[in-house]
Amino acid sequence: MLSYILKRLAQGILTVWFIATATFFAMHNVPGDPLTNDRAMTDITRANLEAKYGLDQPITTQYLIFLRNLSRGDFGISFVQENREVNDIIREHFPVSAILGVLAVIFAATGGVLFGALTALYRNRFPDYLIMFLVIMGISVPSFVVAALSQLSLVTFNNLIGFTVLPVAGWGTILHMLVPALVLGLSTMAYLTRLMRSSMLEVTSSDYVRTAKSKGVPATRIFTRHQLRNAILPVVTVLGPAIAAITTGGFVVELVFAIPGLGRYFVEAVQQLDYTVIMGTTVFYGAFLVFMVIIVDVVYGLIDPRVRMET
Amino acid sequence: MSDTGSVVIEADQGFTHSAGIQLAKFAGIAIAGLAAFIYLLWIIAGEAGSTTSGNAIDVENNSITIALREEPPQLDANRATDASSLVVLAHVMEGLLGYDIDAQLVPGVAERYEIRADGATFWLREDSFWSDGVPVTAKDFVFSWKRVVDPETASQYAFILYPIKNAEAINSGELPVETLGVRAVSDRVLEVDFERPTPYFDKLVAYLTYFPVREDFFNSTEGRYGADADMLLYNGAYLLTEWVHGSTMRWVKNPSYWNRENKGFLDEIRTAYITQDINAKLNLFKDGQIVDTHLLSPMLPTAMEQRWPIDRSMDGSVFYLEFNHRDDRITRNKNFRRALQLAQDSNELVYKVLKEPSYLPGVSLFPAWLSGVSESFQKEYPPVRHQMNVEKAREHLELARQELGLDEFPPLMMLAGDTPISLLSAEYYQQLFRKNLGLEFRIDVQIFKQRLEKMRQGEFDIVLSGWGPDYNDVLTYGDLFSSWNLQNRGRYDSPEMDSWIRIAQSELDPQKRMDAFGEIQRLLYEDVVILPMYERGFSFVVDSRLQNFRRRSVGPEVDYNYAYIDSSSD
Repeated sequence: MLSYILKRLAQGILTVWFIATATFFAMHNVPGDPLTNDRAMTDITRANLEAKYGLDQPITTQYLIFLRNLSRGDFGISFVQENREVNDIIREHFPVSAILGVLAVIFAATGGVLFGALTALYRNRFPDYLIMFLVIMGISVPSFVVAALSQLSLVTFNNLIGFTVLPVAGWGTILHMLVPALVLGLSTMAYLTRLMRSSMLEVTSSDYVRTAKSKGVPATRIFTRHQLRNAILPVVTVLGPAIAAITTGGFVVELVFAIPGLGRYFVEAVQQLDYTVIMGTTVFYGAFLVFMVIIVDVVYGLIDPRVRMET
Repeated sequence: MSDTGSVVIEADQGFTHSAGIQLAKFAGIAIAGLAAFIYLLWIIAGEAGSTTSGNAIDVENNSITIALREEPPQLDANRATDASSLVVLAHVMEGLLGYDIDAQLVPGVAERYEIRADGATFWLREDSFWSDGVPVTAKDFVFSWKRVVDPETASQYAFILYPIKNAEAINSGELPVETLGVRAVSDRVLEVDFERPTPYFDKLVAYLTYFPVREDFFNSTEGRYGADADMLLYNGAYLLTEWVHGSTMRWVKNPSYWNRENKGFLDEIRTAYITQDINAKLNLFKDGQIVDTHLLSPMLPTAMEQRWPIDRSMDGSVFYLEFNHRDDRITRNKNFRRALQLAQDSNELVYKVLKEPSYLPGVSLFPAWLSGVSESFQKEYPPVRHQMNVEKAREHLELARQELGLDEFPPLMMLAGDTPISLLSAEYYQQLFRKNLGLEFRIDVQIFKQRLEKMRQGEFDIVLSGWGPDYNDVLTYGDLFSSWNLQNRGRYDSPEMDSWIRIAQSELDPQKRMDAFGEIQRLLYEDVVILPMYERGFSFVVDSRLQNFRRRSVGPEVDYNYAYIDSSSD
């Protein structure tokens, strides 16, 4: 098991290095640079700024410097937020995205498992049709539409009631988080519901469930021990990447609900060509994603001994 | 999705029932667990930058809540270049001169001043203090201005100080910083020497790059000047007391501000939201969380339904099609440019395509709100009344074709930004020039910085460009197309234009100076340097209880310096 984990970690580091390198060179090949601004500047001003940020070095030197700093976990100072270290930006804003993401995943997982099990139980009956209809909606409607619509309905609702029940935007209390987290988790919830439904149906018709039934095991016990536990496996598998995807993919929700998360910096950095922030957030998100996948593999091994045997 | 499994055993009714109960139990446990977890998150989240909402107007505490478009990158006035920093700094800092509620120039730190042909003198007031109680002195301006032109500082707005003697040479590294033509005769007298006569210098010193910086405090910040609320000294109507990056700011009334009788009536202004999403801002306004927001035309029906009083203002910017005048370009040919000029009409663009009610059709580089000698510039020097004339346009195009020795025109490149308005305009011109002149344009859509870089490199034939004012004088636009202006990215180069711009820069007689701008305006049209598209404006709404809120064409886009709450008007 340990050697398996170590092997996966080594692969992970290689992947992150590859992501970093590809991003680095792609970014430097985009026309313009972080210093380009609306007001044109004199040559000497530009030269001074370039020297300050090391942009006057040849690209390979810059790459080597970047790698050296990366190995120390230092991403440097943002070009746009001139006095802030990229590490500070990540440290201050990632927790916000993470809290939002975790809440979204919890919503998604709880909802997905419950609704999935429900649809399987009531297969081809009304609850099944209703939920599956909503699932299709959840998957196909893009999150910016859902976000904008839910915000609009919040406003309408608050206006109707006469006072602010749930805040329309902003961050700080749990009330601020509920709606954005729900919106963020919605498509994952829909996906998990589908997954749970089909895996539940597969399990229901499996041999061990039939055996358990014929042995006379109580129905609730069959449901919890044999059906749920087995059916939930595929859900756990996709949960890891889902956590990473949700946590890193909250840009639209963060924008609409004015949430000070990292997603906003990630996207704005690309628009502003803020080299250091682009690299910092990309490497951070990349590492996070890879790490989540590794964790899932390990957890999967714990739940299902067969996986461990194969490695 | 498909149901798998070859043998599907239909769950019997009893099984479903008991399993359903089990599921309900699970759901109960899950919800309870979720609630507990959420409570935990709540506690953790308290640590991570909260924006805790308040109401738009808090009459009891005499405070308001607003939204900012972006997080200010930093609040170092000497180096700031963006609109959000300007908004914040205009409330917490003050320069030698400032603007009153009607955007007229009024004394700030300087109680009076004198502008001569060779220089200027500013007499500073006694009762202007920094937020730590130390008086603001002439030395603070000397330190600040030297810092701006020092090439080491790499301030992108250094050019705005170029009228000061030796500033440009210092900024290009040819002279030492000490030679800058500014000195503190005493704590309260500031002397400035000019490089050339600068009759509009009073308008320049109101700009934030000219704001004072105190040397001992600056040195104590160790390179982090303006990075946080406690890394700045304030001398404006408000003090920045709290700055949580990416989420909130708190500006509170400055108790020692000298002009508190006329400015800074609110006890507190909170910027609780940072978002560029205008729909989110509208929702926040609707929900009573922020005091003002601007509106785009699709939102106007909503605003009217709500019976909000809709106001509008010009944001100061002018947008235009800029030609590439470099030698190897077809757009270098004047007949070609004339053909495009005659084939379009900005009225159609604004009224039929963009349909933004607060936009004005572009008629000149100099927008309608600029003043001339005694009244509006456009009144004193009316721009040419442009008439679309496709017949004549085709004649000019034919002339251009012959002059260039072409059989037919190759496809040309139209560079555009990625904003909806920019895209819409580009598509309009594309089809217009195809229909009227049979010309093919390819639209090259680029995000902001890439577009600027392509403009700098000259990789375009026509670019959708624009300019916002830095100071309240025609010259803020007037020198754009001089051969020496780095901003002139189409490289228009005309001795006649240059000579008029020189006069506009230095002429002391206001009438002769404005005449020069009139000539520049004429030349811009006759030589078809640009094709004006529109002057941008905004429709906006503001909470009816907030009085004297202003949106500005020059200076901060939103100005709460004179705002106060009138709870009786609801």
